[in-house]
This record gives sequence, C-alpha cells and structure tokens, in this order.
Amino acid sequence: MELFDNHKKLFGTATIMFIGLTILVAIMPAIRNQDMNQPLPSAEPLSPEAVKGKAIFVANGCVACHTQQVRNVDMDKMWGARPSLAADYADIHRTDFWRNTATLMGTERTGPDLTDIGSRQPSKDWNLVHLYNPRIVVKESIMPAYPWLFKLKKEPSKSDVVVNVPAEYMRGKEGKIVATEDALYLVAYLQSLKQVKLPDGTQAPAFLYKKEEKKIASAAGAEPDGKALYATGCQSCHQANGEGLPGAFPPLKRSPIVMGDNLEMYVDIIMNGYDARAEYGVMSAVGTNMEWTEHEVTAIINYERTSWGNNGKKVTPEEIKKIMEFVKLKAAQ
Amino acid sequence: MSALLMKAIPADGQTTTPSSFSFSSAAGLTWLLFVVLLVLFFAVLILKQKVNGIQERHKRKTDAEEQEQLQRYTRNLNSKQISKLINYRKRTRATALLLLLTTVLSLLPEGKLWAQSTNVPSSGSLLGETGIIITIILLLIPILFAVTFLIVKIINALNQAKNQQHLEEAEKLAAYLRSLPEEEINTHLKKRKAALDYRLSHHELSGNQPAEDEKGLLQINEQSGLPIVAIKKKALPRPNINPALSRLILWYLGCATFWLLFGTTIGEYVGIKFVAPDADHVSWLSFGRLRPVHTNAVFWGWASLGMLGLGYYVVPRVSNAELANIKYGWYGLWLINAAVMLGTVCLMAGINNGGGEYREYVWPVTLLFAIGVIFALINFLQTIARRTTKEIYISNWYIVAAIIFAIVITIVAYVPYWQNGLGETIIQGYYMHQGVGMWFMLFTLGIVYYFLPQQLNKPIYSYSLGILAFWTQILFYTLIGTHHFVFSSIPWWLQTVAIVGSAGMAIPVIAGTTNFIMTFKGAWYKIKDSYTLPFFLVGIIFYFTGSMQGTAEAFRSTNLLWHFTDFTVAHSHLTMYGIISFFLWAGIYAIIPRLTGKEAPQITIGAHFWLALIGLMFYTIPLMYGSTLKGLSWIEGKPFIDSVVLMAPYWLWRAIGGSLMWLSHLFFAYNMYKMMATRQVVDVREAAIQKLYDPTTPAQTIA
Repeated sequence: MELFDNHKKLFGTATIMFIGLTILVAIMPAIRNQDMNQPLPSAEPLSPEAVKGKAIFVANGCVACHTQQVRNVDMDKMWGARPSLAADYADIHRTDFWRNTATLMGTERTGPDLTDIGSRQPSKDWNLVHLYNPRIVVKESIMPAYPWLFKLKKEPSKSDVVVNVPAEYMRGKEGKIVATEDALYLVAYLQSLKQVKLPDGTQAPAFLYKKEEKKIASAAGAEPDGKALYATGCQSCHQANGEGLPGAFPPLKRSPIVMGDNLEMYVDIIMNGYDARAEYGVMSAVGTNMEWTEHEVTAIINYERTSWGNNGKKVTPEEIKKIMEFVKLKAAQ
Repeated sequence: MSALLMKAIPADGQTTTPSSFSFSSAAGLTWLLFVVLLVLFFAVLILKQKVNGIQERHKRKTDAEEQEQLQRYTRNLNSKQISKLINYRKRTRATALLLLLTTVLSLLPEGKLWAQSTNVPSSGSLLGETGIIITIILLLIPILFAVTFLIVKIINALNQAKNQQHLEEAEKLAAYLRSLPEEEINTHLKKRKAALDYRLSHHELSGNQPAEDEKGLLQINEQSGLPIVAIKKKALPRPNINPALSRLILWYLGCATFWLLFGTTIGEYVGIKFVAPDADHVSWLSFGRLRPVHTNAVFWGWASLGMLGLGYYVVPRVSNAELANIKYGWYGLWLINAAVMLGTVCLMAGINNGGGEYREYVWPVTLLFAIGVIFALINFLQTIARRTTKEIYISNWYIVAAIIFAIVITIVAYVPYWQNGLGETIIQGYYMHQGVGMWFMLFTLGIVYYFLPQQLNKPIYSYSLGILAFWTQILFYTLIGTHHFVFSSIPWWLQTVAIVGSAGMAIPVIAGTTNFIMTFKGAWYKIKDSYTLPFFLVGIIFYFTGSMQGTAEAFRSTNLLWHFTDFTVAHSHLTMYGIISFFLWAGIYAIIPRLTGKEAPQITIGAHFWLALIGLMFYTIPLMYGSTLKGLSWIEGKPFIDSVVLMAPYWLWRAIGGSLMWLSHLFFAYNMYKMMATRQVVDVREAAIQKLYDPTTPAQTIA
C-alpha cells in the first residue's frame, strides 16, 4: 500500500493520530480543568513558611510514599472528611521557572495520606521528633529519618526550638537537638495541610463502595473498636504501651485523668486538646478534628481505662454524649 | 492470579472476602463428595479388571490349547534363557530345571467385590450448617481410610493367587522343556538365539572415517565428556558492518550497561531501606531522593541507551542502507549520558521538577535528553529515506514512531501552559504511561520484530498482525494514562476512558504475542542451542502476562484493592524488567558477537539469565501477595501502621529477589567485557595464519 511504503505518509499518519488523541485525552481536559476550577471560598493560600516547607517536601521526594488525595471510596474515609475535589488543587500553580506545578497527589501510599494531616496531627512537638527519627514515636515505621534538618547544640539559646530526643537516639552525642529553620518550615507546611470546609449548604460528593457489614453492625448497636481508634488517633504520641514518651508525651498508664472521676476534663482533653503542662508537648483537638461522636469517644475511654493495667470504671455513650455537648459549648465560648 | 483476585472483589465492593468458595458451604461439600466418589469408581474399575483376568486364567483348558500355550512360551524365551536351556540339556538331561525367573500367576476368584457406597447423608437444609459439614467430613475420613485399606488388601490377595497359578504353569513348562527333542534345540532355538544376540557395530552409518566438516555447517564436538553448560551454537560473523557504526553501537550498549549497574545498585539500596530504614542518615542518600535516581537511571540511562544502540543496528540493516550520519549518533550518546548524569546529581541534591513520576528531572536536564533523541530521529528518518527496499520493514515503523511519540510526550509534559491545578495530574498520568508504552514498549517491539526472526532464521509469522498491533497500540495506549488516578478528583469520564483503553490494550498485546509465539512454531528446538532465544521467550511471556496484568489493574474494582500498594511496583518490574530488559539483553547478546567476533562464556550468560529470572520472581510474587493483603487491610479499615507491619516479610523477600537481579547484572557486565574487551587474547589460529603470510612481523590483533 502506498501509505505503508512512503515513510513521510506513514510516520505522518501515525504522528497525527497520536497528537490528535493526545489533544483529546490530555491537553484539552488539562486546560479545561486548569481554567474551569476555582479554589473554595474558605481556602487559605499557603503561608510564606509553608511555601518554603513545601519546597523541602518536594526536594526530599516525600511524594514517593505519601499521597495527597482522598479518593471517593469508603476505604479512604480515614484520610479526610470528604473526597478531594478538583477545587482543592485549583490554587496550585507552577512552582518557579525551573520547576513544574506540584499537586503532590502521588501514586504510592507506603506512608499515610497527608491531605488532612494538619488536622489529624497538628502537634509541632510530635512532628519534629518524628522528623528527627520516626522510630522514636512509631516503632514500626520505615520512614527515613531527617537528622540533617536539625542541629546539635551544647547550649541552646532561648529562641531555639529544642526537640526532646530520647538518649538511645542521640547515638552518644552530648547536647540538645535543635530544629533548623528548614525543619520548622516543613512542619509549618504539614500543619497547613487541612481539608477545606465546603461552603455551607454544599453537599460533599459521596464515598463510594461502602462497606455493608459496618452499617449492619452500627444499626445493631455494636460499639466501634476502641483499640483500633486508639491506634489511629492516639498511639503515635501516647504509644501502644500507654507509656507516652518521657519529656514529650504524657503516659496514660496509671494516669489520674484516665483513672479518675473527672470525666468532664477527660472528654474535654480528647475533644479539644490540652496545654496545661510545660514539660509535655501541646495536645491538639484530636477528637474534634477527627469528628468523633460519643460512640468513638466512649470506645476510646473504655479502651484506655481497661488497658496496660488500668482498671477504671467503664462509661456509656449516653453519659459521654451529655458531657460532649457541655464541653463543646465551653470550647465555643 | 489477577483474574482470581478480580473476582475476589466484586464490582460493587460490598463484601471484602476474597472468594465466596469455601469448603464448609454446600457447594464445597458437593465437590468433595464428587471427588471421593470418582476415586472410588476408579478403584472399583481396577478391581474388576483384575478379577476378570484371574477368571480367564482359571478356566479349564483343553490339552491342545495347553500344548499350544507351552509352545508359545518356548518360542518367546529370551537369549539368556535359551542358553541356559541349552547348557542344561548339554550337561544333564535329568536334573531339575530352574528356568523361569519372571513372575506369573493363578487365583481364586473372591466373588464379586463391589465397593461399598459411602455414607452420604441425605441432603437438606442441615447441610448448610457448618457443624454438620465438619462432622460429615470427620466421619468420611476414617471411612475413606478403611476403604483404601480394604482395596489394598484385596489387590495383595489377588496377586498371591496369581503367582500361585503362574508357578503351576511354570512346572508344566519345565517338564515340557525337558522333553524337547534334540534337533528342535539345535535348529530352532540356536537360530533364535543368534537372532536375539545380534548387535549393531555402531559404524553402519558413519563408517570408520573421522568426522569432517566440508561445508562449515557442522558443529564437531571434539571433547566428549559431560559439559557443565549446554553447548550452544556460536554466533555467525557479520563482516559487512561499517566499523565506525559498530564502534558507535558498542559505545551505546556499553554506556547502557553502566547505567544498568548504577541504576540497579541504587535500586537495590532503596529496596534495602524498606527493611533497614536507618541504614544511613545522609541527605543525598535518603529514600525520597534515591528512588527517582533509580527509576530515571534505568529508564533514560539503561533502557533508552540500550534501545537506541540496538536501533542504530536495526534501522540501517532493514533499510539496506548505510546509516545517514554517524556523528549525530555520537552527539545523541553524549547528550543522553550528560542528561542522566546531571539529572542524578540534581535529584540527589534535592533539585527536582515537582514530584511527577519519571519527570523528576528539571527541564534543562530533560532538554538534553530530548535533543539527543531528536538527533536519533533525524538520523533514522534520513536512513529510511535512503532505503534500497521499497517497503519499510515493520521494525522501522515501531522504532521511528516510538521516537516521534517520545518527543511529543516530552513536549506535552514540560510545556507549562496546561499544568496548573488538576491539569498537572492529567498530564502526569498521560506522560508517565505514554513514556512507558510509547517509548520503551514500542521501540522494543521494533527491535524484537527484527531480532526474533533473525535469531530463529525464519520470517515473522504474520506481517499484518504486526501492523494491526501497531495501530491498535496507538489507538488504545494513548487513552490509558489517567488510569493511575482512578477515584481521584479528575473527571470521572476521563477515568472511564482510561479504563476502556486499558481493556482495549488486549488487542495489540494478544496480536503481538500470537505473532511472536507463532514465529517460534516449528523452531522451538532452536531454543536449546541458542543463548539469545531464552531471553526472547521470557520477554514474550512477560509481554503477555505483564501487559494483561496492567489491564486487570486498571478496573475500578481492582483499584480498590491494589492502588497505592506495592502491587504497582511489582507490576512495573514485571514489565520494565521482564519485558524491556530481557528483550534488550536478547538483542545485545545477538549482535555484539557479530560486531566484535567475541563471545561471552556460556556459563556466565546462563548465570545472568537464571539469576535475573529467578530474582524477578522472588521480587514480584511476594510483593504482589503482600500488597493484596495490604489492600484488604485498608478496605477493612484497620489502622494504617498494621499494613506497614504486615508488609515487612514481603519487603524482605523483595530485597532478596532484588539482590539476585543485581547479581545477574554483574554477570551481564562481565559478559559485556568479554564480548567487547579490546585487550584481546592472541588467537593462536589467527596469529599462525598471519605469520605464514608475513613471517617478519609479530602477530597483530584484529579489533
């Protein structure tokens, strides 16, 4: 055939076909999505620190293991309150002359998704310790350590941010570990990663492929698994053995708050965070951020009261519900 | 496996159990019973046959029949038996005869032994109850054991009876042999013995002359004895390659080998970091920076240079013309090497393009690579324009199209006008998949369309299947990029298009595989005396399985299970390594001996092949298995850290498999050295001939 024996026609046809399809499935949808989507009204642009932090995130290839997309499937519910939308990425532009846009959606989830990490784990203390060496706070973690984001100082000045590193991770070095600006920028970026609330009255897209059994279970009145909730929400600071991390995160084992009668304070801490003790890091409003209901809070309290040798009184969702309403009002004031 | 797993997660995703099949269900029980009954049925058949045999023998025979039977036995004596008989008759004519050594038979029929029926409970709603099912199975176990025992006992008894009968018959035969007349022995039996003792001298066909290779076609193995490796055919010299082109190709392939070693050393180290995350604390060597160093070095360094090197051989050859411009070839080589080198340093220093896979190099680095590829395109197009054949051989379709598409892809990926917000994601999906499918796969297929027929010494099975595969690959492959972002916030219709395109890929893949396999038809025997064909065969197998696995992974249901897990990593190794690298090795082992006249030791080629193949299996299978468990754990909503703990053993297996693959590359590098080393060992025969012609100068080496 003439077409096949003439190299200009043959390769010309193949090229036109390829470019045509490319325009249809890549370039046109890309331009349309770029121009059509706008950021959500309540979305805040990154702070200058967070912008620098994002550059460090990109430079160290964190996207190799951490996605930033909550898919619209039920199993991704643990990473955000709603599926990610095109609008969530609409405000991300070309980084600079040398570098392309970084939506950092990622394709591998060797580590947790970070779309909403700023709500899930906003603690600066935790993030710094974790960056210095993740295994200090999560024994099973395989994330790289980033000690080059920190300095060793004999006598840190007042403005220095000192990181409480246990002796075994100091590798025999004397002095204090101090966060560099880069480490603080990176933490600022991680803290800025929060799912933006949809404008009032807007329905978030549904999570698909819901689990049938779970619905049945909750309908039948079965309570959520306190141990799993603890592992997801509390364990990275207070540790699996409930002993916390000396100098960073307090123990729950034999804790007077866990074992005591002041349920109001206990629930308040879970829902709204805590910052009353200088020797420990600040706790964020974990419960509110995770949108826990009285069922989850009850399961966690009961788990904490019956683990690691603790033997506190069990609570019911009914009494916790009342306390939750009360502390919510108190936090709003 | 993928098909099985696909079934495991139904499309509506409402259940999380891998498969509904269970031994404790009614269907499972039915199957079990069916198998048991089948076994019993065969046992009964065997028994019946034995009983019939015995009954036959037990029937009273007439004297004439008996006589005939004895004569038949006598005629069928073997040589040893005949000589014993003759000796016996010579020495004594009266002593007892111990003649028959073979076992034979007799019997009492046991009556009809009908196997008992198993205790099948009447089916009903109770069968669905797990407890009942377990009880039935527990009951069946001793019953089955008893039945087996009984059958074995009966068979033994039958055998004893049979032997008894045979001994009786042997007694009669001995008496008959004693009474045989003398002339019968001398004539018939001696003649028979001579016939049985006849042996060939083993020189009937070859004669007594030593082997001689008059036409240069034979492979005369002078050293007999057991070879450690199979002796394969030597490569045929191709004297008509321009030495300048030959040098260029060798440099391309040599550089490719370097990047393979470098890139996989990095890959090996990155794999080890999954097991030992605190192996080092150097920023330049941290996981996130090294991972793209590994992928980009093996992509743009190893595979791209390897392909281009082979392309520089194939394109002029099938065009039947000289290469248009050798210089351009060298420019390309320099530029691509510079790109990979610079890119590696940038990535390790923390300078990258923003995190899209395979476009981590910043644009000035990629530009070098792109210009290098453009030099190849101009060169190949000019060569094809000067071709002396009318048609354009299909290899050139694939190779030139691959280069054109690679340039288009790179432009689309690096031009900033459509890359804000989700635009970046859509382009990323398109770019990374087209990079794999349009650059590596298309180019490599072009190489296979040349080398496979050449190595098999027969034409490609179907030219038109190749053409079909070419156009359908363009049509479907272009669409599939966004299947890496299924369930993300890119438009749902675009995800669906990608999934449909992925399914459509079955057409070019099946067409290509069929074409290659059918080319092998009637030439399978050649695999055993070729060291390149095994590489091609592995490549073809992975071309089919790896590509179809990609289709399976694209569906929404499988995305639930496997997306974001290490399954993707296993898949990309099955394809980039199993397909592309194996095909490249096949091509390299096929041409370098033709260019240099030197071959690598067969034992190290074998070591390369087997270590690479076994290593790949150890790498991918545990990773696929582990990541399936990981996906299930996510679907169940277990704490994330559980899935990290769960993967630990599989990551260890991956590191072991990776080490084997890495070791195979050391062998490959050694083989390259043996095939290319200019420090040539003086070839005694060559030197002697030269000495004959020019006795005054010492032997020269021919590079």
